[in-house]
Amino acid sequence: MPSKTDILDLYFMDARYKLIDIAAFLDRLDRHEGDSDFRHAGFLKAMEAMLNPGDGPRAKAVLESLSDHSKEPVEKAEIQFAYGAPQV
Amino acid sequence: MQYIEPHAHMVSRTTDDYQAIAQAGCQALCEPAFWAGYDRGSVEGFRDYYRQLTDYEPARAAKFGILHYTWLCINPKEADDVVFGREVLSMIPEFLDQPTVLGIGEIGLNKNTKNEHLILEEHIALAQERDLPILVHTPHLEDKLKGTRLIVDAMKNANVNPDRVIIDHVEEHTAAIALDAGFWAGMTLYPESKCTPGRAIDILETFGTERIWMNSACDWGISDPLAVVKCALEMKKRKHTAELIHKVIYENPKEFLSQCANFKLPQGNE
Repeated sequence: MPSKTDILDLYFMDARYKLIDIAAFLDRLDRHEGDSDFRHAGFLKAMEAMLNPGDGPRAKAVLESLSDHSKEPVEKAEIQFAYGAPQV
Repeated sequence: MQYIEPHAHMVSRTTDDYQAIAQAGCQALCEPAFWAGYDRGSVEGFRDYYRQLTDYEPARAAKFGILHYTWLCINPKEADDVVFGREVLSMIPEFLDQPTVLGIGEIGLNKNTKNEHLILEEHIALAQERDLPILVHTPHLEDKLKGTRLIVDAMKNANVNPDRVIIDHVEEHTAAIALDAGFWAGMTLYPESKCTPGRAIDILETFGTERIWMNSACDWGISDPLAVVKCALEMKKRKHTAELIHKVIYENPKEFLSQCANFKLPQGNE
């Protein structure tokens, strides 16, 4: 199995550029006019979940944060696609 | 390197893609029936699609030395109209005796509606009636967690043998739901959604390499028909052995698919 250094060698630059891209995306949202929607709030909530995942892994915490947690099938769907964050 | 591509939508791909995956070592590929990017306007549209999957596409793949198999169903995205869904479903048995049909799939849910759920249950009943394995599509993005739970419950309620069901498109939050209930799990490698190669390998390292496969699910959207071999190379970078890589990209799909009466590998690879 690879060591922590091996993992850093393999993935640090990739993760670094993605992290900066996220920061730039949030700056972009702040800078532009108009109202934001549930996706923005969902994204920020998922970032909190990543930083404070509790006992579980971070990726799972982020995915669960971006999931619909209702239990029963819905009567009807208004859309065929998914947004990536639950509408609240 | 030899591998099996267990989930690809080649009707949406070019012959260059067949050439590329053949050169990369693909021995066999499986094409589940799915949404074409638009809702088909008639039952006859599905008949043509099933003919394409069972007649034309195997012949196209054979030109590149690849065995082409298929799974049949009406996908959940077009199954919300129950009357239409049932009309299409009633036609599927006409094609089930074709020599390259593996089972029923990719069935499941899209927006987790009651109507989708009804048609899912009717597909499960058809699979049980014909003693066929099942390939499951789990919903996208925010709908995946709920949909995976509903699908697993539907399978359990119908007393389906989990050995003969693969629940596809699992991610970190749904892999355990499938595997802990005894089902097989599939990971889809997409550039923008589902799993990256790095995350798929994380899932293998976390949940083990039993009852799991990975696929490209390449289709008409942003996807990569070489995703499985690229992930295999990433596994090599992560210091996984050649034996383990071979198990994940060849032996595991072979083990699951060998439960399908029509599945056979090229001579010498059985």
